[in-house]
Amino acid sequence: MLRRAASRLSRGAVSSPWPSAVQARGLMAYVPSPGDGAAKKVTLIPGDGVGPELCDKAVVPLIEALGAPIEWERFDDISGANEHGEPHEEVPAHVVESIRRNHVCLKGVLYTPLSKTNTSTQSLNVQLRKQLDLSVNLIHGFSIPGIKTRFDDIDIVVIRENTEGEYSGLEHEVVPGVVESLKVITEKKSLRTAEYAFEFAFLNSRKSVTAVHKANIMKVGDGEFLKACRTVAERYPSINYNEMIVDNTCMQLVSRPHQFDVMVTPNLYGNLVCNIVAGLCGGVGLCPGSNIGDGVAVFEQGARHVAKDLTGSGMGNPTALLLSAVMMLRHVKLYNFSDKLEEAIMQVYEDADMTKLPRDVGGTANTETFTNAVASKLS
Amino acid sequence: MRGALRRLGLSIGQLADRGAGASDGVRAMSSSGGPVTATLFPGDGIGPEIAGAVRAVFEAAGAAIRWEEQVVGSEVDARTNSMVTRENLDSVLKNKIGLKGPMMTPVGKGFRSLNLTLRKELGLYANVRPCLSIPGYKTRYDGVNLVTVRENTEGEYSGLEHEVVPGVVESLKVITRDASKRIAEFAFKYANDNHRKKVSAIHKANIMKKADGLFIECCREVSEVYPDIVYEELIVDNACMQLVRDPTQFDVLVMPNLYGDIISDLCAGLIGGLGLTPSGNIGKGGLALMEAVHGTAPDIAGQDKANPTALLMSGVMMLRHLGMREVAEKIEAATLATIAEGKYRTGDLGGTATCSDFTKSICDKIK
Repeated sequence: MLRRAASRLSRGAVSSPWPSAVQARGLMAYVPSPGDGAAKKVTLIPGDGVGPELCDKAVVPLIEALGAPIEWERFDDISGANEHGEPHEEVPAHVVESIRRNHVCLKGVLYTPLSKTNTSTQSLNVQLRKQLDLSVNLIHGFSIPGIKTRFDDIDIVVIRENTEGEYSGLEHEVVPGVVESLKVITEKKSLRTAEYAFEFAFLNSRKSVTAVHKANIMKVGDGEFLKACRTVAERYPSINYNEMIVDNTCMQLVSRPHQFDVMVTPNLYGNLVCNIVAGLCGGVGLCPGSNIGDGVAVFEQGARHVAKDLTGSGMGNPTALLLSAVMMLRHVKLYNFSDKLEEAIMQVYEDADMTKLPRDVGGTANTETFTNAVASKLS
Repeated sequence: MRGALRRLGLSIGQLADRGAGASDGVRAMSSSGGPVTATLFPGDGIGPEIAGAVRAVFEAAGAAIRWEEQVVGSEVDARTNSMVTRENLDSVLKNKIGLKGPMMTPVGKGFRSLNLTLRKELGLYANVRPCLSIPGYKTRYDGVNLVTVRENTEGEYSGLEHEVVPGVVESLKVITRDASKRIAEFAFKYANDNHRKKVSAIHKANIMKKADGLFIECCREVSEVYPDIVYEELIVDNACMQLVRDPTQFDVLVMPNLYGDIISDLCAGLIGGLGLTPSGNIGKGGLALMEAVHGTAPDIAGQDKANPTALLMSGVMMLRHLGMREVAEKIEAATLATIAEGKYRTGDLGGTATCSDFTKSICDKIK
């Protein structure tokens, strides 16, 4: 049960019916290239809200306990808001440079203040995605053993276009009281998203890809997105392709979620679908995610909320960020370490000792207690 | 069980009380004593069967409604550039009240869709959907009792799209102060009239700072007029997550067009689907067109298998809108009791009863 669930977390390799995460790669040893074991530099942006405490109390100590060859390049001073509560203009160039250089980053969420005076500056999260051209956002929602939710055995991967669509940042007041907001859909980005979704499905032995759209209303814009999905689908005859209108998709997700496997979406619909999937699997604190570009990957929790209410309480659930770190370790081919960390986390959940589980899943533990429980499973 | 139903009946009564018309002045026609003429579009597919069920139940309950049946044309009416004819529209404009079954949307170019024509010509600016867990019909979510209020005229549905250069498409989302203010006023008035405690404005102003920013600015302004109603703002993605985690925290939700479209369907999913969810479209001057928003289900059309609950409950909304509260309550209680009893459930609810059995059981309970 545990191991089956453990082997679900998206890996870059073909998954297999073998019960153990280690066995999943067969009996043969993993054959690295010379230098694969060298320390890897990873940019770490703790972010706002509970981000810093989750990094300090969970991610950093657990990666250390794991002995994984990760060397953090850490930027603590990055926040979405300045000291006056107004938006920061941009992500500092040296941070973007660091991610470009390291190719890999683990990140908390940056808070986006709603300012009355500044309605032009884009969310720093969005700016970062655009600057690094992280064109695809992937989140993996799966039922974690031991957590009681309304549905069991959910296993859905959402691949979302991450840089355009409703997030273009192009808005203007035409005349007083009339605002136009531009949604931009391009063939290039639609194709890139669709290609990633099918490639992901193919490499992970996934059976179906569902494209989510509203082409009945936005015939040209969402039509362009669907056209891209159809084009790519033709190249993958072994994967079942279907299309679903976004409102129906959301209704289906809350009533019959098991029909979904891999979902591919434009930006905004993906934002909603990701949150519904994360919600079905137990909430913000549990669901991992990543942003993928060409040679760059930024890992962060699947549902991107800063959890301001929990800030400083030491009660945040680090699972989503830790599982994102698991995804990251797998992405940089530290398979053995990623498997170990994933199994340790799952074991803590499967034990169902409520004194060791965080509050959002019904336990009584704080971040630190949970982390210690995971650490004890690593040895 | 009876007590629970009673309470439920009351709570639905509260939420749909006087329907949406409260904002635009209730048309107290029932007080005049004579029957009210209402337009009825039976629709396509299972439409005629479920419209028949509504007629039967209304008759059994003695509702003072005289139906004026209207059938949408089979060819495009040049006067409306739609399958919806001038006569169809005039009927609703004259009666100011209507009930509409599911309609097939014909595919073709150069004419307006049914819904778009009705919405534009009748000035339907708000879509209201009470969403309530039905006792005795188990879903994964219990205790849902919320109302979605959706702006229905602008936003992402502007229809303004163009290809800038090959492979680059722009779609315009339009948010205006007038429409945002109007929907916010409607939502708060509705909440107030129906003894609701909280209004949540749903937005994505962290990303669409100007457009959604204007929407919540309008909501905030109106909220100040209603100090007794709790007002909150939620980012749409968080709202989705909260809804699937604990929908009981919500009361009235007010939303721009697209988020409203998505969230009202999501909420329907929580309580068992579109076959159980009533819907009302509200226009100026108290005009209202209630409708079943589910499909025409051509696979079971004509087989007496359809579930008429959504259209029936939309009819109940209509009666409340007209101020005919007693008879509305009677029909609602009988319908819910029939579903709760479980003896005559249609196929979509896991039963084997026919639409006629189900309808007859409701009529028997009324009598």
